[in-house]
Amino acid sequence: MSFQTFLQHLVNGISLGSLYALLAIGYTMVYGILRLINFAHGDIFMLATYIAFYSITTFLLPWWAAFLIAIILTALLGILLERAAYRPLRNSPRISIMISAIGASFLIENLAIVFFGGRPKAFPIAPIFSKIVRIGDVSISIVTIIIPIITVIALVILNFIVNKTKTGMAMRAVSKDYDAAKLMGININHIISFTFGTGSALAAIGGIMWALKYPQLIPLMGVMPGLKFFIAAVIGGIGNIKGAVLGGFILGLGEIAIVASSPALSGYRDAFAFILLIIILLVKPTGLLGQNSAEKV
Amino acid sequence: MLTINNLSVHYGGIHALKGINLEVPQNKIVTLIGANGAGKSSTLKSIMGLAKASGGSIKFNGEDIVNKPTTNMVSKGLVLVPEGRRVFSNLTVEENLFLGAYLRKNKEEITKDLNWVYELFPRLKERVWQKAGTLSGGEQQMLAVGRALMSKPKLLMMDEPSLGLAPLIVKDIFGIIKEIHRNGMTILLIEQNAKAALEVADYGYVLETGSITLEGPGKELMVNDEVQKAYLGEHK
Ligand SMILES: Nc1ncnc2c1ncn2[C@@H]1O[C@H](COP(=O)(O)OP(=O)(O)OP(=O)(O)O)[C@@H](O)[C@H]1O
Ligand SMILES: [Mg+2]
Repeated sequence: MSFQTFLQHLVNGISLGSLYALLAIGYTMVYGILRLINFAHGDIFMLATYIAFYSITTFLLPWWAAFLIAIILTALLGILLERAAYRPLRNSPRISIMISAIGASFLIENLAIVFFGGRPKAFPIAPIFSKIVRIGDVSISIVTIIIPIITVIALVILNFIVNKTKTGMAMRAVSKDYDAAKLMGININHIISFTFGTGSALAAIGGIMWALKYPQLIPLMGVMPGLKFFIAAVIGGIGNIKGAVLGGFILGLGEIAIVASSPALSGYRDAFAFILLIIILLVKPTGLLGQNSAEKV
Repeated sequence: MLTINNLSVHYGGIHALKGINLEVPQNKIVTLIGANGAGKSSTLKSIMGLAKASGGSIKFNGEDIVNKPTTNMVSKGLVLVPEGRRVFSNLTVEENLFLGAYLRKNKEEITKDLNWVYELFPRLKERVWQKAGTLSGGEQQMLAVGRALMSKPKLLMMDEPSLGLAPLIVKDIFGIIKEIHRNGMTILLIEQNAKAALEVADYGYVLETGSITLEGPGKELMVNDEVQKAYLGEHK
């Protein structure tokens, strides 16, 4: 493999890894605060792309306005999802809320088929995103470069919110101990809503960039990627934001490495995620950065 | 300041509080003693809205607060140091203290109180950046009390602050309780350590399996035969 091709693959891997990371964070944040695998997260990701699609095609908004609206509406949908499907079951056995999550996922997928139609839609790509840049002998689409940049910006903002703001402090407190957090005067419901809103906004950012990279929308587009985002979160150690980022990049780079190493293997691309998951669960069940969860499960 | 009338708490089939009456007057220290499982923690939890009262009334400065959200209680100045410390182990000492001031806006006053807490507990000041989970048990208890003080309580409730602490630290904690009381704080104290509690308390209640069986000024309860037998381990 020439150095140029290597670089090309590396850039692609980083780009894919960024998307996995952004989406894995949503799983991990919700797990951290509710101890719930939000199975509908992949569907929230799908909804974001359709909102952007209709904003551009039906409402004829410029791409930036469409993206902004998609991010905001998706965040609200995430909050709504928690209210409708999870909050009423907060004090029920874990299994009930998990089944509710699976139900919510199916519901969103099937509603999407009804309202958006099952036929694939082509995501409209503004000319600015379809440029190809040449660096030396390497040619890369501009989207591939934008994705990691936006991801880094989003991660810096998220890191600031979680570690430097009062709300972030409250999020960390709530994830540790509901009752003690209430005794500080923290409104648990607000913090949980905020968590869902943030995770869903990141899902929207990831979804839009995904659509720019793979511009074909179908109502079930969140299913397989959703599983991979979840696997990325588990690999890194679910509940841990840094872990989700790490897991995302490992998965993204790994997949591209497989495809690059031999075209014959490219069919096994999806299998890679699952094999990696099994290995991690066998070797380090808490994930790479996960603590031994002796504290509170 | 706090008036509890005929308060009942049920947990499923368990009747944990069977209609208790209790009064905490302003600027006093009141203590609630009783054996394990008597319902002491349940009393405090129901005051804070963490356990649902199935009957009765709780009035704070005349206002009915029974079964209101916990955050409302905190904003009214009711603050609880919970049983078993419950500090946020994943947060630093300073973050824990700032969370105590979660509902407060005035930055200057918060800083003032933070310095006051560090004065009361110099050990915390040395450990500002340490994760609370790595503190010793006694230090965690200091942090739990400090964190509660950061909420600017009008009524400070403490659930077994001396639990599991070495005698010397217990003495420190009771010294602090007296000190914050001198600053005008009203305190409702729950203790297994009946002797220490009755010594500092103006008034005491004895709780037995969900009912109050005895009450009176701290000094009187100290010399009461039944109390001595059951809680002070003295035989005459
Ligand atoms: N969440 C709960 N569900 C069911 N029963 C409970 C619950 N919390 C407390 N109880 C029961 O209520 C009774 C009173 O408990 P509580 O914690 O108030 O006792 P306590 O006086 O604080 O005891 P200790 O001194 O051991 O802390 C006990 O029998 C306990 O088992
Ligand atoms: Mg108790």
